[in-house]
Amino acid sequence: MSKKSPYRLMQGNEAAAEGAMAAGVRFFAGYPITPSTEIAEILSIRLPELGGKFIQMEDEIASIAAIIGASLGGAKALTATSGPGFSLMQENLGYACLTETPLVIVNVMRGGPSTGLPTSPSQGDVMQARWGTHGDHPIIVLCPSSVEETFHYAVKAVNLSEKYRNPVILLMDEVIGHMRARVELPPWSMVETVNRIKPNMPPEWYIPYERSSMGVSPMASFGEGYRYHVTGLVHDVKGFPTSKPREARENILGLFKKIERGFKEICLVDYIHMKDAQHAIVAYGCMVLSARSAIEQLRADGIKVGLIKLGTLWPFPRFALEHFLPQLKTILVPELNMGQIYREVVRVNAGRAVVEKINKINGEIISPDEIIKSMKGLAR
Amino acid sequence: MISNAELVKKYCRHDKKFPHIWCPGCGNGIILNGMLRAIDSIGLAKDDIAFVSGIGCSGRAPVYVDFNTLHTTHGRALAFATGLKLANEKLQVIVAMGDGDSTAIGGNHFIHACRRNIDMTAIIFNNYIYGMTGGQYSPTTPHGAKGSTCRAGNIENPFNISALAEAAGASFVARTTTYHVMQLQDLIKKAIRHHGFAVVEVVTHCPTLYGRLNKVGGATEMLKWQKESAIHKKKAEKMTAEELAGKIITGVLVERDLPEYCDLYNEIIREAQEQVSGGEAS
Repeated sequence: MSKKSPYRLMQGNEAAAEGAMAAGVRFFAGYPITPSTEIAEILSIRLPELGGKFIQMEDEIASIAAIIGASLGGAKALTATSGPGFSLMQENLGYACLTETPLVIVNVMRGGPSTGLPTSPSQGDVMQARWGTHGDHPIIVLCPSSVEETFHYAVKAVNLSEKYRNPVILLMDEVIGHMRARVELPPWSMVETVNRIKPNMPPEWYIPYERSSMGVSPMASFGEGYRYHVTGLVHDVKGFPTSKPREARENILGLFKKIERGFKEICLVDYIHMKDAQHAIVAYGCMVLSARSAIEQLRADGIKVGLIKLGTLWPFPRFALEHFLPQLKTILVPELNMGQIYREVVRVNAGRAVVEKINKINGEIISPDEIIKSMKGLAR
Repeated sequence: MISNAELVKKYCRHDKKFPHIWCPGCGNGIILNGMLRAIDSIGLAKDDIAFVSGIGCSGRAPVYVDFNTLHTTHGRALAFATGLKLANEKLQVIVAMGDGDSTAIGGNHFIHACRRNIDMTAIIFNNYIYGMTGGQYSPTTPHGAKGSTCRAGNIENPFNISALAEAAGASFVARTTTYHVMQLQDLIKKAIRHHGFAVVEVVTHCPTLYGRLNKVGGATEMLKWQKESAIHKKKAEKMTAEELAGKIITGVLVERDLPEYCDLYNEIIREAQEQVSGGEAS
């Protein structure tokens, strides 16, 4: 066999598909939408090769319904979409939260609201990813900022969904989704994968929603002999509908508790030049690219600025900010929305540093020069 | 034939807090009974059955029976069932839906499930009304009939569910009523055995809402109406359109041998795997 180069030229969407497969995803249901379509196209070819299945559904409502069904059937399941499709998925996203069904939704964000700017970058779905479906619920949202990272975050997204029995959203932006970059990916055999915990007791002892000490209950697949009920109604530990206040409270609080327990593991944050930083840029997704470039130049000009790169947006990694707040004079939050994470930063900052934002909602990205100019004004 | 007592003991969930939520005189229990008898006579194992539903009165059917049961969102049952079946083809997937569930909010999923022809059985509880929310008119409420949101009479035209299923490509379509309990069992049995997407439309009665709003009497009168309105397909073929007005045509309406989706997909997998050597090399 010829020696293969460890490097590959790959698009972000391709890396998402590759990471999902490496993590064990063997089922995909989706509906075509720009700028995420490449993920569906790739998986329609690759999944059958792996013995998995791809299906194109009639809309995004059906797509997420199908992956919930597949997940209950035992498959690691994925769908991919963009803003308008993500809006349609909100109904069954809530269903997956309440029934604690592992699945991953890739949302490659585009300009909105509505049909918006279909092929232009945006980060407008940050709050929708958090609160788009009705009712109180926890959610896990990961946001990669490079092509290579997209692969690893896709793996992480699948693993977290399996471990916590919770839907995970891989929130990409159009820049990361369509950007091609040289990547070095590990062979699949080296990729750490997590599988949902299965019941090991006899079926008659199985109580489907009884939580372990980790706050997550073992999950049987349909057809394995553990006949149980799954419903979008608030349910008791047996999975049967209940309207008793004590059982309802236990059901909903249990959802939050499992994510709170895993908070540290779920939160992915990187720090660049933060050690001696007096000023910080908080960025995620494609804004990390502009921020990194800006920081190099600002440092060269003698301004002590660092980057807090958020890989996890929800639950919001507040400790990442709190740790540095005593040393920070200013915090700048560049976003391709009107300030969705900015508000979280202001909340955590609680009046300590000066917090400023740069926003763009016209389909263009914020350039390094714009960040430099803004930071120079603030640091003066 | 298995007795009702044995049927309850064998298939119902004893740890579920009975009684059920259906009103006195409701036809839904008759449909569930018919389904259980069909399952029992085929001899399907409980572990192999996935019983999926949407929202509404029909949506509550799965919780009472001891299968793998999935109570989904309104109208989406078939989409959930599609993923479930593809992930585990060994499952015998049966989907219960109401008329609003399957042809209003879930109309799109319904027609696409019909044309895809995945091996599963859809049982549609057609009571011509939204029962659970208080009797609003549905896509099958007859023209002129009353609902809590059409007190003056329905000015819309109803769907013919079986005709819709046939036109959308379902490979098996049958219709019966809750009066015709033996035919009901028989048709569900045929539908389960059919290899492909099978639809059984069951005309059922909602005495609490449809019966009261339209002043057609209680459960007895409504069942009597079903008995008098039903015409078997064979007999109907010899009748004119005028004679058939307001009648319910029952029996197997469509049965065609079409390629099943999973079979075709497994062929794609086989070919794809043949072309790729080296398995999971990335």
